[in-house]
Amino acid sequence: MLNLWVVLFSSFRVLNMKSEPYMSARHLPFGDSALLIEFGDVISLEVNGRVIALNEAVLKAGIQGVEELVPTYRSLLVRYNPLKTTYEQLVFHIKDIEKTLKESITEVKSRRITIPVVYGGEYGPDLTYVAQFHGLSEEQVVRLHSEKDYRVYMIGFIAGFPYLGEVSDKIATPRLETPRLKVLAGSVGIAEKQTGIYPCDAPGGWRIIGRTPLKLFNSLQQPPALLKAGDNVKFSPISEKEFKTVKDAVLKDIYSPFSEA
Amino acid sequence: MKAFHVLKPGLFTTVQDLGRYGYLKYGVPISGTMDTFSLVAANVLVANNSNDACLEITLSGPELQALTRTQIAVTGGAISLKINGQNVPMWQTLEVQEGDVVSFGKVESGCRAYLSIRGGINIPLMLESRATYVRGGFGGMNGRQLKTEDIIKGFDIPSLKAGYSMPENLVPQFTDQFKVHVILGPQADMFTKKGINTFLSSPYKVTLEADRMGYRLEGTIIEHKAKADIISDALLPGAIQVPKNGEPIIIMRDAQTTGGYPKIAVAITPDVSFLGQAKPNDMIEFSKIPINQAREKLFEYYKLFNNLSRILLKR
Repeated sequence: MLNLWVVLFSSFRVLNMKSEPYMSARHLPFGDSALLIEFGDVISLEVNGRVIALNEAVLKAGIQGVEELVPTYRSLLVRYNPLKTTYEQLVFHIKDIEKTLKESITEVKSRRITIPVVYGGEYGPDLTYVAQFHGLSEEQVVRLHSEKDYRVYMIGFIAGFPYLGEVSDKIATPRLETPRLKVLAGSVGIAEKQTGIYPCDAPGGWRIIGRTPLKLFNSLQQPPALLKAGDNVKFSPISEKEFKTVKDAVLKDIYSPFSEA
Repeated sequence: MKAFHVLKPGLFTTVQDLGRYGYLKYGVPISGTMDTFSLVAANVLVANNSNDACLEITLSGPELQALTRTQIAVTGGAISLKINGQNVPMWQTLEVQEGDVVSFGKVESGCRAYLSIRGGINIPLMLESRATYVRGGFGGMNGRQLKTEDIIKGFDIPSLKAGYSMPENLVPQFTDQFKVHVILGPQADMFTKKGINTFLSSPYKVTLEADRMGYRLEGTIIEHKAKADIISDALLPGAIQVPKNGEPIIIMRDAQTTGGYPKIAVAITPDVSFLGQAKPNDMIEFSKIPINQAREKLFEYYKLFNNLSRILLKR
């Protein structure tokens, strides 16, 4: 009987960890030159909000020995120079900074970026499938995808690839069973509740519903990625004709998708 | 200044330096040399800066014709090396005259050799580094491996008056066995005690899926407590992920910057450099080390780097 309770209790804890942010942040060693601060094992605006807020605060604090920060869905990686600081010192500094942050952070101060997208047709070969999968019209899918603001949770997978969330349950769609060998640069896809944009031609299994003429990554520019974690993104449906106009403007470097939040 | 004409590119030869730091948050991996010690040694042997760009040679080497008089050095895994058909040694400064042909055989121990050119390889910096990131298509030689007819440019810099060689006791010996120190975590708590013991006590074999992105290993299955997925977070070279099948994957220099498998441990920096010489069928054994001891090892490692130019023997 006792054993059963242990089993039930531990499975409850696992479930609980999956759906909730941790009560307090976990500070974990990541090799000899990095520290990982985890806020939960879940995709949520709140958990990611704490990551983004800590990222900003640590940058601002300019802690000795900190070399690079990598914000992700649910944790912040701090790469440091072990010749200039120690793991213990860094944990101490960062815990101090955490005390100054609010407990619940769903809103982050961010840039707002509008991403123009041609939906459907050759630009979005899976739009029809996504619509049929949910018993919606293509127009309804486009409206549901473009009416919402999305947080850039993190950049990863491929240089400049933004993980955006989250799409309405009404259009959340599983990945392709067999990934495509080539998804074109600018393709906008859905994978479950995530949406994202391919910065370059790459293999991929996301359901492609449209394409943007914007360039998400350019190794010749500083910074090289259009987006960063914490940004606020909105998609705006455009026509094929507008796609060409915007693409020209992007090539001439006279197009700006940024507006004040 | 044109330094070399590529007659044969070798199996997979790329331009690499110490790496591209500061862009992980944009999804750009660190790239750069797989074997840091050997690249630094190659540079120091021709009195370059540690971070100067070299050629990283994989398993089978290139054939290069000198287009100017220069000095080179070759380090890393043991490889047969010839100038105009005559065998010449690794780990020392070599004089090359215009028209000379530098040719390589196959790597006989380890996996990668490094060729430095006096003054470094002259290629534009991309995001502050000359490292080639092939999957991203940028850095180094237009983001790709060398090909026949490429011209490798150098910098105009006075040649050395004297050469150097590496003391024999400092030349790393690579076998097909690798002993790697790791710091457990960040997600070691997702594995059972048995799983962690398995990881630390069983040898793992490098599979054919081994390249600059990482090595897939095979061996005794490592047991997870419950789930084998996490919400994706950051990766660094040396991180050891264990997906659902229970066999570890070591992340190397060109890997994607985020991943969704729990990381049982992370190899310490000097051993990640050493691991850069592992190839398919090599065996790896992991042992854990506390963070303080890892720090001491790192201090020794950096001290060796800083002292290299003084340790080298004048020839």
